[in-house]
Amino acid sequence: MVMKVYGDEMSACVARVLLCLHEKDTEFELVPVNLFACHHKLPSFLSMNPFGQVPVLQDDDLTLFESRAITAYIAEKHKDKGTDLTRHEDSKEAAIVKQWSEVEAHHFNPAISAVIHQLIVVPLQGEKSPDAAIVEENLEKLEKVLDVYEERLGKTKYLAGDSYTLADLNHVPYTYYFMKTSHAGLVNDRPKVKAWWDDLCSRPAFLKVSPGLTVIPVTN
Amino acid sequence: MGMGGLVLLPLAPPPINPHSSSPLGLLLSPPTFKSFKFNNLRSKSSQSRTTSITMASIKVHGVPMSTATMRVLAALYEKDLDFELIPVDMRAGAHKQEPFLSLNPFGQIPALQDGDLTLFESRAITEYIAEEYSEKGEKLLCPGCKKVKATTNVWLQVEGQQFDPIASKIAFERIFKGMFGMTTDPAAVEELEGKLVKVLDIYEARLAKSDFLACDCFTLADLHHLPAIHYLMGTDSKKLFESRAKVCDWVKKITARPAWAKVVALQKQ
Repeated sequence: MVMKVYGDEMSACVARVLLCLHEKDTEFELVPVNLFACHHKLPSFLSMNPFGQVPVLQDDDLTLFESRAITAYIAEKHKDKGTDLTRHEDSKEAAIVKQWSEVEAHHFNPAISAVIHQLIVVPLQGEKSPDAAIVEENLEKLEKVLDVYEERLGKTKYLAGDSYTLADLNHVPYTYYFMKTSHAGLVNDRPKVKAWWDDLCSRPAFLKVSPGLTVIPVTN
Repeated sequence: MGMGGLVLLPLAPPPINPHSSSPLGLLLSPPTFKSFKFNNLRSKSSQSRTTSITMASIKVHGVPMSTATMRVLAALYEKDLDFELIPVDMRAGAHKQEPFLSLNPFGQIPALQDGDLTLFESRAITEYIAEEYSEKGEKLLCPGCKKVKATTNVWLQVEGQQFDPIASKIAFERIFKGMFGMTTDPAAVEELEGKLVKVLDIYEARLAKSDFLACDCFTLADLHHLPAIHYLMGTDSKKLFESRAKVCDWVKKITARPAWAKVVALQKQ
């Protein structure tokens, strides 16, 4: 049975999973979830993800949520085909991939998602304007993270080493949206980060997923 | 100077980062001892100086009060692994300078060295320990079926993405701010607790179906919660855990583990 992904292609967290599926050349079915109609808060959805968030993955009788757990599952299940996203054959290299995956989850994501929330989600909710103080505070945090990336990417082509892994992939969707904001200079002004980003955008899997990332951030 | 409880020094505190993975580490200077070599056959008192020349292959750079360091120490004790705890002088800002930055460019404890491997991010470290030493000590990842491994990953992410961001901010408000002469913001605590109860309600439902979060055995997904729970259970926020029967039982079970008792004991040395 084909894997099902519940969610919409414009969601950054859903896109994270779709990228992984494409990197692994794995068939899947995308089942839309109407977030504007709050279908993700209905009991039928909550029985799949009690946190009421997309994406959810169903693979036969297995139901998973949390996009980074889903990408890890897909990468493990299909470790012998497509891109090697985890360096599973070497335990120390695999640990480095997990380390930079944790960096994305705990350093990069909180800052960048807070900016995207203000510049994309808040306007879509229609009730208030983006909070400039939150944007500024998180841009400062993001700059410090990107400074570390700039140094790291001076030594390795990708974050966890010289090949593309989940540690890079997990960054892509929010970065794509971020680059549509007026703050893209944070990436563009760092040559190594910029080169890394351009490389990530050249991947066939990215070219399949990016057309679905259709939301336009407000100018701030 | 020993590490008998927390010591507040009348110095200007370093800038507080509430999002630091180890806010308590900001408060402490390490005791004036050399690195400890820990061995699970017997625990060494803070006054003993090991003269053994045997170098533990595993070194942890951190301090026992730091939540992220505690996470790693818990995994090492569960696995019965020999290791050396190398204190980091947080008050002097050692974590923000070389040579520590070569271990972790984000300037946060802990960092782990195992032979020629250096790792940072406590949850990457614990996963490495659980997998590399899967045959030693307690199982931290359920062996066998891929379905359970996938579910464990889900609950590992839940801790990191849903629980800890809230729990660590509550701990910052209730415990660490006071240590810097700052005042707890009751409105912030109320708002954060309002978010935490939603997470704990989900845990309550989950633990009605499963003895532990990922499956019926203790895994890393449970272990990762221990440091934040340890601190929150010493505050009024404990009521949020105690008022939910399954969550309360789960907290009692995981905090009663012998390996966790060893981590807590390190704080008292």
